[in-house]
Amino acid sequence: MLYREALNKALDEVMEIDDTVVTLGEDVGLYGGAFRVTEGLVEKYGEKRVIDTPIAELSIVGNAVGMAIGGLRPVAEIMTGNFSLLAFDQIINHMAKLHYMSNGKITLPMVVRFPQGVSKQLAAQHSESYEQMLSSVPGLKVLSVNDINYAYHAFKYAILSNDPFVFIEHELLYNKKGEVNFAQQLDPFKARIVKEGENITIISYLKMVDDVMQSVSAIESALNCSCEVIDLCSLNPIDYDTLAISIKKTSRAIMVEEDHKTGGFGSQVIAWVAEEMFYTLDAPPLRLGGTDTPIAYNRTLELASIPTPDSIAQDIIAWGKKNDV
Amino acid sequence: MNKLLAEEMYYLMTLGRKFEYAAKENYMKGNVSGFLHLDIGQEALSVGAIKAFEKGDVFATYREHVMAIARGLEPKAVMAELFGKVNGVSGGKGGSMHLFEPSRFFYGGDAIVGGHIPNAVGCAYARNLQGSEDGVMVIFGDGATNGGAFFESLNIAATHKLPLLFLCENNEYAIGTNIKYTAPFREQAKKAEPYMMTLSVDGMKAEAVYETIKEAQKLIEDGHGPVFVEAFTCRFEGHSVSDSNSYRSTQEMKHCKAKDPLVHFKKELLERWMCSDKELEKIEKKAQTMVDEAVVFAENSEEPNAAALFEHVFTEEV
Repeated sequence: MLYREALNKALDEVMEIDDTVVTLGEDVGLYGGAFRVTEGLVEKYGEKRVIDTPIAELSIVGNAVGMAIGGLRPVAEIMTGNFSLLAFDQIINHMAKLHYMSNGKITLPMVVRFPQGVSKQLAAQHSESYEQMLSSVPGLKVLSVNDINYAYHAFKYAILSNDPFVFIEHELLYNKKGEVNFAQQLDPFKARIVKEGENITIISYLKMVDDVMQSVSAIESALNCSCEVIDLCSLNPIDYDTLAISIKKTSRAIMVEEDHKTGGFGSQVIAWVAEEMFYTLDAPPLRLGGTDTPIAYNRTLELASIPTPDSIAQDIIAWGKKNDV
Repeated sequence: MNKLLAEEMYYLMTLGRKFEYAAKENYMKGNVSGFLHLDIGQEALSVGAIKAFEKGDVFATYREHVMAIARGLEPKAVMAELFGKVNGVSGGKGGSMHLFEPSRFFYGGDAIVGGHIPNAVGCAYARNLQGSEDGVMVIFGDGATNGGAFFESLNIAATHKLPLLFLCENNEYAIGTNIKYTAPFREQAKKAEPYMMTLSVDGMKAEAVYETIKEAQKLIEDGHGPVFVEAFTCRFEGHSVSDSNSYRSTQEMKHCKAKDPLVHFKKELLERWMCSDKELEKIEKKAQTMVDEAVVFAENSEEPNAAALFEHVFTEEV
């Protein structure tokens, strides 16, 4: 099964059992979704529940908030993360705050699906990541899942929850293949140990987890060590417990993310490492992230602006040699 | 409209006026803080519209105390919210601008100008899908009609023929800037005309507002889709209590206050509905008692406890 098919199946199953679930966004209906996640749903559930909206992101999220107030469970799709900036008033001022401001009287069972990230030569206005902003907003639960099985279960959980979720997807993960264990009970807020290891904890999420995994054997043979790789899965809340257990074991922590390094999401994780894990560390923590530049169209420049399996291996090996790993 | 309803509306308008003066007084005393947007001068609009739109969902702005009370929220719980107390309608977490009561289908209380209009559109979509006969009313000021959220909402509401009543309270001022500096015409209904039927009304006359909202509701029920109502009104105070209102001349304010909706409606009651002075005095006294009790209740209410800070961030903590 492909990643996008797993999301499609999760949405389809929930729409089948709960007729208050609707999905809305630009091209989600007849077109089947820009990334085919909603393919086939309009034929099955009709235009009233699979709603083709104008390309007006403020309204896509703003209407979803109102639908949730009115008793529906909307799943809103932002076609690509950069467009979401037009919807940030609704995401931050309405979606995240109405439950709190009303002292719990209003509940917003809703999900905003959020494809983002550096894809392939889409240039600066179609390539950015916004988890750093989204995960810092109190009142939003933010999931960002690399694995297909986790994506299926976490997405389903988010739709059926009574809290507002942002479900961040990476545009290069949609055609990733994998298996879904449908019978599994899975906690979407628990980080996933992708690979066990003894000497270095490498923390990542979304597509970067795959890039880290591609770099691991080079790192392990160059430094003669073993790496533990963790996929955060949930960016708010963060599963610090799983990180703490791993870092106590390895006494080294590295954060890898695709986003611009300054102010990136990983700065929160490494700040926590510095505050809470300082005395367990045998080496200074390392952060790998994108350059502080807009994303360029040219493929060479584009790849130079984000971590790649080669650059991750190179940077971690250099860090390891410097710090006597 | 009948005499009983007219009396009830007069009561609510009087209550609203007195409530707002009490809120202002308590702001000056330091019991109420933050932003306090008073509805004084606009009571005919607030009460007339809410009483006409009896069922259905209501999405209002931050100038919503009188609408909330007209919708059936208890004045004492509204006053306690202004005081930031735990017995306030929003537990002291919302304040003046964020009054919510879903059991009365009243959804605020939104302090982002125009930001609640797309929410009302979504709610109207939900009601349509659910086959509900009650529509949605969204209230906003003339200033909000200059923003993108408003235009997106006109487009979507009209495309889906949603049961949505757009009510524009045109008091001609966005805080201190007159509409003539920010829009090409005084009548904001012109912006809605390509999308839907529009009605306009003198917002200083409660009975006219009531009848116009009823007419709009009928149009929506008859399947015309959304309807835009523009009510011309005048606020007697500054934008909020912290606004000295210095941008309006004495002459302009005199002209404005000559249209006092309470004076007008009182005359209606005396002449058209044959109420006696004594009957109206009784109503006024009842309103004063209600406001006095609300203030005492707010004063005596407790502060939220420290744990409240972390409550209701989510329905379910992880």
